[in-house]
Amino acid sequence: MTALLKVENLRTQFHTFSGVVKAVDGVSFEVGAGEIMGLVGESGGGKSVVGFSILGLIDSPGRIESGQILLDGEDLVTAGEARLRQIRGREISMVFQDPMTSLNPLHTVGRQMDEVLRLHTDLGPPARLQACIDMLESVGISRAAERLSAYPHQFSGGMRQRVVIAIALLARPRLIIADEPTTALDVTIQSQILALMRRQIAEKGASMILITHDLAVVSEMADHITVLYCGKVVERGATRDIIEAPSHPYTRGLIDSIPDPDHRAPRLRQIPGAVPDIRNLPLGCNFRDRCPRAQAICGQEEPELKQRHASLWSACHFPLQPGEVA
Amino acid sequence: MSAPMLEVRDLKMHFPVGGGLLDRLRLKGGIRLENPVVHAVNGVSFAIQPGEVMALVGESGCGKSTVAKTIARIYDPTGGEIRIEGQDIAAMGFAELLPLRAKMQMIFQDPYASLNPRQKVRDIVAEPLLEQTRTAAARAEVPARITALLAKVGLNAEHAGRYPHQFSGGQRQRIGIARALSVTPGLIIADEPVSALDVSIQAQILNLMMDLRDEFGLAYLFISHDLSVVQHIADRVGVMYLGFLVENAPRDALFTSPRHPYTRALLSAAPSIKPRVREEIGLTGEVPSALTLPSGCCFRTRCPFAWDRCAAERPALQDVGGGQTVACHLIDEPDRDRP
Repeated sequence: MTALLKVENLRTQFHTFSGVVKAVDGVSFEVGAGEIMGLVGESGGGKSVVGFSILGLIDSPGRIESGQILLDGEDLVTAGEARLRQIRGREISMVFQDPMTSLNPLHTVGRQMDEVLRLHTDLGPPARLQACIDMLESVGISRAAERLSAYPHQFSGGMRQRVVIAIALLARPRLIIADEPTTALDVTIQSQILALMRRQIAEKGASMILITHDLAVVSEMADHITVLYCGKVVERGATRDIIEAPSHPYTRGLIDSIPDPDHRAPRLRQIPGAVPDIRNLPLGCNFRDRCPRAQAICGQEEPELKQRHASLWSACHFPLQPGEVA
Repeated sequence: MSAPMLEVRDLKMHFPVGGGLLDRLRLKGGIRLENPVVHAVNGVSFAIQPGEVMALVGESGCGKSTVAKTIARIYDPTGGEIRIEGQDIAAMGFAELLPLRAKMQMIFQDPYASLNPRQKVRDIVAEPLLEQTRTAAARAEVPARITALLAKVGLNAEHAGRYPHQFSGGQRQRIGIARALSVTPGLIIADEPVSALDVSIQAQILNLMMDLRDEFGLAYLFISHDLSVVQHIADRVGVMYLGFLVENAPRDALFTSPRHPYTRALLSAAPSIKPRVREEIGLTGEVPSALTLPSGCCFRTRCPFAWDRCAAERPALQDVGGGQTVACHLIDEPDRDRP
């Protein structure tokens, strides 16, 4: 499988008054054609900044300092704004977390959908209208032709997220970046939306980067998972390998923090402490202060991403073996 | 048997909407329309024993937070009884209620909005306690008690002089818990206490809450939409839909043999990190408006099993054994249980 998107050693930093925030610090990963890649981690891990970097949506005081973002071999970091405008919505589209704020409240849904086609295709007005109706129907909105003239506030949260997904899919992009697409939704609506995205991705042959903090969602959706902590990739690999036998203690800790219905222990295993201040990270491994396995070397030397068992790559001096408890 | 820690009977909470400028103009013109009412809670009954953890689950808008806030008397209930250790507080006035507030305290969802940014931690935690202690002698003991409380929730004495913005979300939630504990309540009403936290922090707070329950014999009313958290923490689970309690069961019964179609749909929709065989009950459509409730069963508009009886008759909670109660006509006519 050839990679559709290849991110190499991406560094995105924000130059604030209180210091440089290395939000994304040397992140590399690949997304194959037709693949769903899950980007997981806690708040402040840099997941969303990776998404915004790919689309060239990093504003001052932020800057992509170095690295490459190759879409089919074309580097998006060095591409100009004009080229990026062609790519956004056409080649890569984005679904944001909050369906309440990612639609323009002043324009009808139809107009917001039509905009994508107007900008990115040569279709005439009747063909565009038909395409919008078809797309709305395929994301499960009935009476689509009527609904096109409705405003976002006339839809519920779940319906709005369907509209956002419809807009993201309209120009048949090759890559969809979904940033916490179901976090604001209820579980029954979430399962509808996830099923819809999975089906649409498969039908249209697109790829997806699914950004989420929810390991359960990612394990049901993604083919591969990349785990971020303090702007760095700490582990990546095939979904089942990561969930069943993670090799990084942070990933292990995240999985153990989720209550397990089959082995109900009186206490949850928790990760002690909190995420360190990203403006002045400790020397060596960022996770060492919270890590049960940390030793002297973890405070001196930053671990490199190395291949472990199965498909896993992890950045740890003392990686876990399959079946080992942190 | 002694009275339960909390008993709620036929609790109703309706909110009138409207009454704005347009309505006033309309009244002047002599046109009278009935004001629309949001039926947030429509006759909910349950009981929590001392030391028991009861969870209320359901989707947004189902009324679970309104139940919590009504029990805490943040809202004045439209009808029904709220008994704290047998004493009905539903209609009590402020002064009468004050000593009873020491028996139940609340923890809120948003650790950023539920602490006063202008107060030091010491003052935040002391506030409920000072409300309850009027004598100078008792008040002199408050500072020592604050230090002890902070230690209980995993903070130290030097944190007492800081402001909320100097803390992370998890630490703030600890402050909120210390505040609730300050008056040694028997019941803590926790409204989505871990929803705003990262998973690793969520585990810390859940562990803390369970430790405190073991130490002080606390009962919790735990409001959550996260079923894996509920399955971990609760002894008993109530499922709400559109302001109705549709099922109320001991935890294991609810998760292994859910009876109400909505409970079944909810369980089948919850994502899990473990691949497992699940009953597939896909729900179509969305929750109807609480302004105009559907006739009969509240869930019939989305229920794959619904038939004409569901529109005609509202099902009441009935006991199906083992402490499990369900409000569904399928209990009487089990042969209809196929889509």
